[in-house]
Amino acid sequence: MVPLQWYLMLSAAVFVIGMFGFLTRKNIIIMFMSVELMLNAVNISLISFSHYLQDMRGHILVFLVVTVAASEAAIGLAIIIALFRNKQTAHVNEMNEMKG
Amino acid sequence: MNNYLLIPFLPLTAFLINILFGRNFIKDKAHWVSTLAVGGSWVVAVMTLIDVLDGKTLNVDLYTWIASGTFKVSVGFLIDELTAVMLIVVTTCSMLIHIYSIGYMHGDNGYYRFFAYLSLFTFSMLMLVMANNFMQLYFGWEGVGLCSYFLIGYYFNKKSASDAGKKAFIVNRFGDFGFGLGIILIFLTFGSVYYVPVFGQAASFATNSINFLGYDVHLMSLIAFLLFCGAVGKSAQMPLHVWLPDAMEGPTPVSALIHAATMVTAGVFLVARCSPIFNLAPIVLVIVALTGAITSLFAATIGLVQNDIKRIIAYSTISQLGYMFLACGVGAYSAGVFHLYTHAFFKALLFLCAGSVMHAMAGELDLQKMGGLKKYMPVTYWTMLLASLSISGIPGFAGFFSKDEILWLAYAGPSPVGKLVWAIGTLVAFLTAFYSFRLIFLTFHGKFRGTHEQEHHLHESPKSMTIPLMLLCIGAIGSGWVGIPKLLGGGAHFTEFMMPVLGHPAAHGTHSEELIVMAISIAAGFSGIGLAAYFYILSPEIPVRLVQQFSAVHRVLFNKYYIDELYSFILIRPTIWVAKNILIGITDTRIIEAIVNGVPSTIGAFSQLLRKMQTGLLQHYATIMATGALIIVALMLFR
Repeated sequence: MVPLQWYLMLSAAVFVIGMFGFLTRKNIIIMFMSVELMLNAVNISLISFSHYLQDMRGHILVFLVVTVAASEAAIGLAIIIALFRNKQTAHVNEMNEMKG
Repeated sequence: MNNYLLIPFLPLTAFLINILFGRNFIKDKAHWVSTLAVGGSWVVAVMTLIDVLDGKTLNVDLYTWIASGTFKVSVGFLIDELTAVMLIVVTTCSMLIHIYSIGYMHGDNGYYRFFAYLSLFTFSMLMLVMANNFMQLYFGWEGVGLCSYFLIGYYFNKKSASDAGKKAFIVNRFGDFGFGLGIILIFLTFGSVYYVPVFGQAASFATNSINFLGYDVHLMSLIAFLLFCGAVGKSAQMPLHVWLPDAMEGPTPVSALIHAATMVTAGVFLVARCSPIFNLAPIVLVIVALTGAITSLFAATIGLVQNDIKRIIAYSTISQLGYMFLACGVGAYSAGVFHLYTHAFFKALLFLCAGSVMHAMAGELDLQKMGGLKKYMPVTYWTMLLASLSISGIPGFAGFFSKDEILWLAYAGPSPVGKLVWAIGTLVAFLTAFYSFRLIFLTFHGKFRGTHEQEHHLHESPKSMTIPLMLLCIGAIGSGWVGIPKLLGGGAHFTEFMMPVLGHPAAHGTHSEELIVMAISIAAGFSGIGLAAYFYILSPEIPVRLVQQFSAVHRVLFNKYYIDELYSFILIRPTIWVAKNILIGITDTRIIEAIVNGVPSTIGAFSQLLRKMQTGLLQHYATIMATGALIIVALMLFR
């Protein structure tokens, strides 16, 4: 049986990849994908804890996250398309309307 | 008793009606409201006088105005001999002036406004004289001050008129400051502002003194002096007389009202009303007498050389008010009030005649441009002549009896300066006769000196103006007959009538002395008239030569002793300098504006720093968030 630590290390690795992707990539679609990565890294750790502790609450939480991620993807892509139509670009540095 | 309430409140009602509905509804019928109201007041005032003659005096509180701890003030009336006389003076003059204004102000834009203020003026003065406490007196006092401001500045789009209104108001503030302090001191001393307890207990404080600015001052003298400050301002005595000649900028009926019935007589009334306090302050009485004497001499000498017909009469008013104070100062309060009462008639008459002349001359005021008006306006001529005879103290006319009584009581009274002020008073009587008849001769006699158009325009005034003149003429001649001295076979009824309020003036002298004093004052009057006739009818080149010979004296007199210039130099210009350079230059711009503008600009500078953090770039925020999360995790791990 694969020990818990491996799963957690995988989860942490995926999360950090997502996080760095989010912080460093400038294309807004890639950043969006990085967010998905971070969500799924959390899912992995939830599932592994659930399995390890023999508790179904982790599964339930994963379904919730998946649902949220799905709706977020729908809304997020819609927003990105709207942004693209306005700016003719998907470069995140162009989206600085809130500059003080 | 309810009748008495009508006296002040009819004019108040007229004021309210005219000011609220005058502009749009009443317009050129405004005189009906005001004149009828004042006429009603006059009728009730006459009934009041009859009541008082029957011995029915009254002191009643009607309405609690202020009640705060021990400080209680109410609107109340004190109807006694002094009030009754003042009511007659005020309502009679005011009514006739209202009637006169119908003709004089005809066709003016602010017709309703004029009558509204005239009524408010009358109301304030009536409240003043009917008060039974000092606060209500003060209310009326400030009321007449306010109305004088409105009316002197009536032609407000004329700069000089609005300046004169402001001047009257501000100069009066100087006096009123003292008066206000006096009332406060009265309350602190007596615990009440009502006349009855104050005057009743005044004697028991006769020897008290009070610490004032580190000195022990005689209490009653201080109170009397402070009250007198108010009287000096309101009655235009030296050194606060400067507003009265400028008040001529108002319409002539207003001048008549201010000079005869309301406003300036308030000061004399105050001193007479407070006679129980003044009697306990002999030093202040001397000050009062000297102020009056000096003012009367001072104003009379200025009056000698002025060329503006209304200004001459204005200086004559200041001079005659000086007489009244002189009388009060030697303890002859009733003589002062008697002169106030006769003066009201002949001075109102003089002003209304001057207004009539102005009306004919299309607003011209310069004596040098008049002359020979006698044949064009006989009614004005005769009434003005009679008023001038009255003011000159010619036997038989009203002014003679009151002036003579003052001079005799000054001469024979116990006052330490009595003889001095008598001498000044007699000299002033001579000067008064001279300048009054100079005015008459230059205006009505000789040849017309104005332009051709003006001569063509000359006409007698309408009936609504001449009838009040004739009615006032009766007063100017006959009002003195109620006070014919015992020496001349009269009853001195006026003094007897006033005795319960004002006491009996002390006089120690023989009949022959009294006759001599009287003869001297008559001689002064006649010689003044004679000299005026000699100078301005028989040989008009003499005054011209005199002016050339004594040009320095003439210049000083013509420029009113440069008092206005002096005040401008020592008061007005330093004040403006301080306002401009210190208050605006330093306090306002450097301190207040610095604080007001400095606070937001400091905050703005900080926010300029802080706004740099808000780059608007998503990834910056995310980095900060991640860093924060990492720090929290690190803290939890390595704690």
